[in-house]
Amino acid sequence: MVDLKVKIHDLEIKNPVMTASGTCGFAEELADFYDVSKLGGLLLKGTTLKNRDGNAYPRMAETASGMLNAVGLQNKGIDYFIDNIYPRIKDYDTPLIINVNGSTVEDYIRLTEKVNELEKIPAIELNISCPNVKEGGMAFGITCPGAEMVTREVRKVYDKTLIVKLSPNVTDITEIAKAVEGQGADSVSLVNTFLGMAIDAENRKPLLSTITGGLSGPAIKPIALRMVWQVYNAVKIPVIGMGGIMNTNDAIEFLLAGSSAVQVGTAIFKDPFIPLKIIDGIKDYMKRHNIKSVTDLIGGLSV
Amino acid sequence: MNKKAVEDFFVVENSPLNSTNFLIKLQSSSTIPELKPGQFVNVEIKGTDEIFLRRPFSIFDVDYKENTLSLIVKILGRGSRKLTEISVGDTCNIIFPLGKSFTYPKNGENVLLVGGGSGVAPMLFLAKVSDLDPENVTMLLGARSKEDHINVNNYSQYGSLHFTTEDGTFGEKGFVTRHSVFKDLAVYDKIYACGPDGMMKAVAKEAKAANVFCEVSLENLMACGFGVCLCCIEPTNKGNLCVCTEGPVFNVKDLKW
Repeated sequence: MVDLKVKIHDLEIKNPVMTASGTCGFAEELADFYDVSKLGGLLLKGTTLKNRDGNAYPRMAETASGMLNAVGLQNKGIDYFIDNIYPRIKDYDTPLIINVNGSTVEDYIRLTEKVNELEKIPAIELNISCPNVKEGGMAFGITCPGAEMVTREVRKVYDKTLIVKLSPNVTDITEIAKAVEGQGADSVSLVNTFLGMAIDAENRKPLLSTITGGLSGPAIKPIALRMVWQVYNAVKIPVIGMGGIMNTNDAIEFLLAGSSAVQVGTAIFKDPFIPLKIIDGIKDYMKRHNIKSVTDLIGGLSV
Repeated sequence: MNKKAVEDFFVVENSPLNSTNFLIKLQSSSTIPELKPGQFVNVEIKGTDEIFLRRPFSIFDVDYKENTLSLIVKILGRGSRKLTEISVGDTCNIIFPLGKSFTYPKNGENVLLVGGGSGVAPMLFLAKVSDLDPENVTMLLGARSKEDHINVNNYSQYGSLHFTTEDGTFGEKGFVTRHSVFKDLAVYDKIYACGPDGMMKAVAKEAKAANVFCEVSLENLMACGFGVCLCCIEPTNKGNLCVCTEGPVFNVKDLKW
């Protein structure tokens, strides 16, 4: 028997494969396909204090080995979640983690206070890296003082596992990672999408209503992997890696680069079963390499 | 049982219907659930690194005895073009069943089905399975030119067939809404439309003016097809809704058209 359990600070998860925010809805959408309790955890759709309609259509464009999106955090707000969605999903037997977003620090605090009361939500992912909103979002995550301020204020009101999701759209991601670690983050997850754009050359028009959007998919994997490796070597808190993971080999690469767990995102759009296939694939890899605990893989790169 | 599945089907037919439309019939090795007009499948496009995402197609026909479902694939871009190159015997991976169907007409109701481009598929499927007396069913199919129409003669058993072409080479000349059936829409209890946005908007406008129930099936760009990417949204009176899960069929009174 191989042991797939890993710990993200105080949060123990049954396996290191989670689904990334914005790619697994509020869990029910994946539950239409399979028992989501098999997953290591689900990062629920980015949630804000109040209802957000998101950006105008079109919000996505296919690109080489990936896609751009400009959804803009469409969601019905935390109160709707608590009253309508939470009661239906709270008993899934795997950690449900809320991805917390705000336009102001005050928004982040008030939202986190509400989430702190939810018994079955063991952690939050503080999103200071959404590239598709006009206010807040990535603006907080691309400077050390901004990232520090949000993390510090949220830490004051949140006593469970605090994961901070980092933007790759920075000069040195390790500086931001160290900054949030210094303010009490329990873990960092990286990377969010890369700011990109695409143009309809025939019509000289942008393909996204917002002109720019977030690039995801296998196109970004080598850069994401490099950033995970750098951050792993710069901080002591657990790193959750993501960025273009499509299969078992990709996930193993992220573990070896220093991820304690991985998030599968855009791959779900291609096939919602990919996270489960990766869990099985990691087991096979461990048997093949005679590894008893998946924790032995974390940061196991030989250099 | 799970509500949705990702499954490899076998391609049992891939035949050209005209220069841009192909009939692709897929067979499952297991029993397929009931599939309704308006519902769609999201198809993986294999054999190329250029195409990352699946492509959604309306269901055109289902045979529950043979466990087959058929799609009409119209070449619109690189994804649909690549799909039409698939061979009999190949596997074709689909996510299904997706989306909500059209509201079925009640016995005795008069219906008008308007299809254009790849939108003819769900209209013909609805005509076939609606179980109405053929006298109650009017099908109107529009295309640019005669060669853009596919042969639908065997659908005359389900109702009357009418055509338009923009260049006048087949049927009445002009857009579908210029066809003579639009002169008196009050005779219809329900109007259904699927096709290019401009066509559906024109049909919706006429249906609203005549105060007749009208449903359309939208084709917004989507990544997942099952409600997690939130890319295919349509502004409605209930806010931005996902076409893939809340649609693709919408009553036009709910749309901001």
